[in-house]
Amino acid sequence: MTVKKDKVPQVTQRPIRILVAKAGLDGHDRGAKVIARALRDAGMEVVYTGLHQTTENIVRAAIQEDVDCIGLSILSGAHMTLFPELLKQLKRDGAEDIVVFGGGIIPKDDIEALKALGVKQIFIPGTHTQDVIDWIRANVPVSE
Amino acid sequence: MTKKPNNKAPFSKSSSYSDWRSATYAAQRERLPKFNSISFREQPEIVTPENGGAVDYHKDLGYPGEYPFTRGIQPTMYRGRLWTMRQFAGFGTPEDTNQRFKYLLDHGQTGLSTAFDMPSLMGYDPDHPRSLGEVGREGVSVSTLDDMDALFDGIALDQVTTSMTINCTATAAFAFYFALAKQRGIGFNQIGGTIQNDMLKEFIAQKEWISPPTPSVKLVCDVIQFCANEAPKFNPVSISGYHIREAGSTAVQELAFTIADGLAYVDHCIGRGMQIDDFAPRLSFFFDIHNDFFEEIAKLRAARRLWARLMRERYGAKTDASCKLRTHAQTAGVSLTAQQPVNNVVRVAMQALAAVLGGVQSLHTNSMDETLSLPTEDSVRVALRTQQIIAEESGVTNVVDPLGGSYLVERLTNEIEEEALRYIKQIDAMGGMLHAVELGFPQREISEAAYQFQLELDAGKQTVVGVNKYPEGGEQEIPTLKIEHAVETRQIEKIREFKLNRDTVAHAGALKDIEQTCREDRNVVPVLIDAVAVGVTLGEVSDIYRKVFGVYTDPGML
Repeated sequence: MTVKKDKVPQVTQRPIRILVAKAGLDGHDRGAKVIARALRDAGMEVVYTGLHQTTENIVRAAIQEDVDCIGLSILSGAHMTLFPELLKQLKRDGAEDIVVFGGGIIPKDDIEALKALGVKQIFIPGTHTQDVIDWIRANVPVSE
Repeated sequence: MTKKPNNKAPFSKSSSYSDWRSATYAAQRERLPKFNSISFREQPEIVTPENGGAVDYHKDLGYPGEYPFTRGIQPTMYRGRLWTMRQFAGFGTPEDTNQRFKYLLDHGQTGLSTAFDMPSLMGYDPDHPRSLGEVGREGVSVSTLDDMDALFDGIALDQVTTSMTINCTATAAFAFYFALAKQRGIGFNQIGGTIQNDMLKEFIAQKEWISPPTPSVKLVCDVIQFCANEAPKFNPVSISGYHIREAGSTAVQELAFTIADGLAYVDHCIGRGMQIDDFAPRLSFFFDIHNDFFEEIAKLRAARRLWARLMRERYGAKTDASCKLRTHAQTAGVSLTAQQPVNNVVRVAMQALAAVLGGVQSLHTNSMDETLSLPTEDSVRVALRTQQIIAEESGVTNVVDPLGGSYLVERLTNEIEEEALRYIKQIDAMGGMLHAVELGFPQREISEAAYQFQLELDAGKQTVVGVNKYPEGGEQEIPTLKIEHAVETRQIEKIREFKLNRDTVAHAGALKDIEQTCREDRNVVPVLIDAVAVGVTLGEVSDIYRKVFGVYTDPGML
C-alpha cells in the first residue's frame, strides 16, 4: 500500500497516539517491536502492550491510553478469531472510532474478509516501514 | 565508461598483500562503498595468509572427529552417513499430523520432527478459553497421552528418531512420549530423539513461557538429569540459536547467546552434583542458516571449536564425546518472502548447501510457502528433494570439510569465534546467562540488531530480491494449506470426553504427587511419566507450574 507523497504529511494538532498490540499466544514480536520503534521515530506516541494479551486487555489499554488507532500483530494463524473479537469489544465499549489495522502472516483471502469486517488495513511481511507510517498519517483522524 | 585496459603493460607482481592493496587494488573502482554481510560485518576485498587467512593447523583445525572438531565431529562425516533429513511438521489433530509423518517417511525422510500448536506450547488444553482460535493452527494439538498415541500410530518409537520442538511444556510432552514407549513395551534406553527443552532462548527470543527463568531452568535440567540416568540415546535439550537469529540477531549474537545458554545449563547440572562427562555428550544444538553463505559456514565451524574449547578448558571434560557440538539446522524462515514465493526455493537451496558445507548432523529445509501458511505436501516435497539433490547429486558430500583451508572461511571462523567469546565473557561478568536474561541484556542486543537491519533494508543497504529490489506488481499465486475450524471443535470435544473417563482417584493422587515434587524441588520427570499414564493433561501440569513456580509476563520492552 503506497500513499502518494503529496497527501502527506498531514498537519495535526498533536502527535498520533497508537497502541501496538500482540494478542493471543504467539511470541513473534520482532515485527511489532520494529514497527513500534519506527512509528516512535516518526514522531508518533507509541504504547506497546507486550506479548500474550487478551483482546479484553487490549481494548482496556486502548481506552485508558486514549489512542487513535490500534496496530495488532498476529503470526499464529488465529487472526480470524482475534480481529473480530477485538472489533466486537471495541464496539461494545463505545470505542469503535479507534482505527484498527494489522500485520502478520495473513493469507490474501483472509485479508479481504478482515477488511469487510472493519479492519482498515493489513500489512504483510516485506512492507516498507515508511508505507506503514504514510498509511497511518493518511487514514487515522486525530481528534482534539 | 570504464577505462580501456592497458594491454601493453608488462607482468605485474606484488611482493606482499599490502603492496598489492596499495599499488594495484587501490586504483580500481568498486561498485559499492562498502561490502557488508547480512550481519553488518564489513568484508575485505580478499583474504590472503597475510591478512587473517593463515591458520595454525593442529591447534585451530586438526582432523575431523578430533578435538577441537572444527572440521567436523565425525572422521568420515557424510562419507560415512548423510545428515538426518528432518522436516518439521505438525498441524491440526494428531491424526492429521500422523498422516503427514507417514507421507514424509514414504518419501525418504529419515527422522521425524514435531511442531506443536500454540496452546500445547504455552500450557493450555484445547478447552481453555485462551486456546480459542489457536487449536491445531500452527502445529499439532497434543494435550494427553491418547493424543501422543494417535500422533505416533503405526510408527515404531525404537526405529525412528523423533524431535519435539516444545519448551515450557517440554516436561509434559517428554512424559507423554516416554509413557507411550512404556505402554508399548519399549525400554527407555531404546528411545532416540531430541526434545528442544531450551528455556533460556525462550526468554531471549521465542517468548513461549509459563514461569520465571530460575524454575524454568530447573525443569530443563530435570530432563537432562533423567536422560543421563535412564535414556542414554535421547537428547534432552536442543540449545537453540535458531529463534535468536529469527528474532533479528546477528550471526555472532546467535552463536554467543546460544553457547552462553548451554553454559548456564552446564553450570546448573554441575550445581546438582552431576559430572560433566555424564551429561555433556547428550547436549545438542540447533542453529539457523541464513543468507550470508560463508558467514554461516564459518559460524558452524566456529561453534564447534568454541564449544569444544569451553568444555575442555572451563569444565575439564575428559572425553571427545563431551566436547562434540552436534547440531540440527534449519534454513532461515525469516529470509523467505511472501512476494514472488517461488524464489524461496532458491534461497532455501543455498542456505541448505551452507548448512552441509558447515557440517551439520540434521537439517530442515523450509518450504517456499511458509511465509503464507503452514506448508502443503507438494511444497514440503520440493524442500526435501532439495536436500536429496545436495546429498546425492552435487558431490559436496564426497570430501570432508571441503572449505577447510579457504583463507576467507578460516578468517571468518576465527573472527566469529573471537567475537562470540567476547560476548560470552561479558555475560559471564553479569553472572551468567540466567542473570543476563533477567537484566534484559540479550533481548536488547537483538532488538537493536533487528531495528538496524530494518533501517538498512528500508534504505536499500540490504537487498531482498522481489521486495526492496526487483519487485513485481500483482502477486504470484501458489496454493496454501488451510486448517479447518472443525479441528478445534473436534479437539475440544475429545479432551472433554477424555476428562470424563479418567479414574478420578488415581488422577487426583497424581496431581498431588506432581505438586509435592515441585514444592520439594525434586526431579519432576519420573512422577510425570506415571501421572500422564493416569490421565493428567498438559494443561493440568502447566497449572501446577503456574501455582508453584509463578507466572512470567512479558516486560514489553522495545
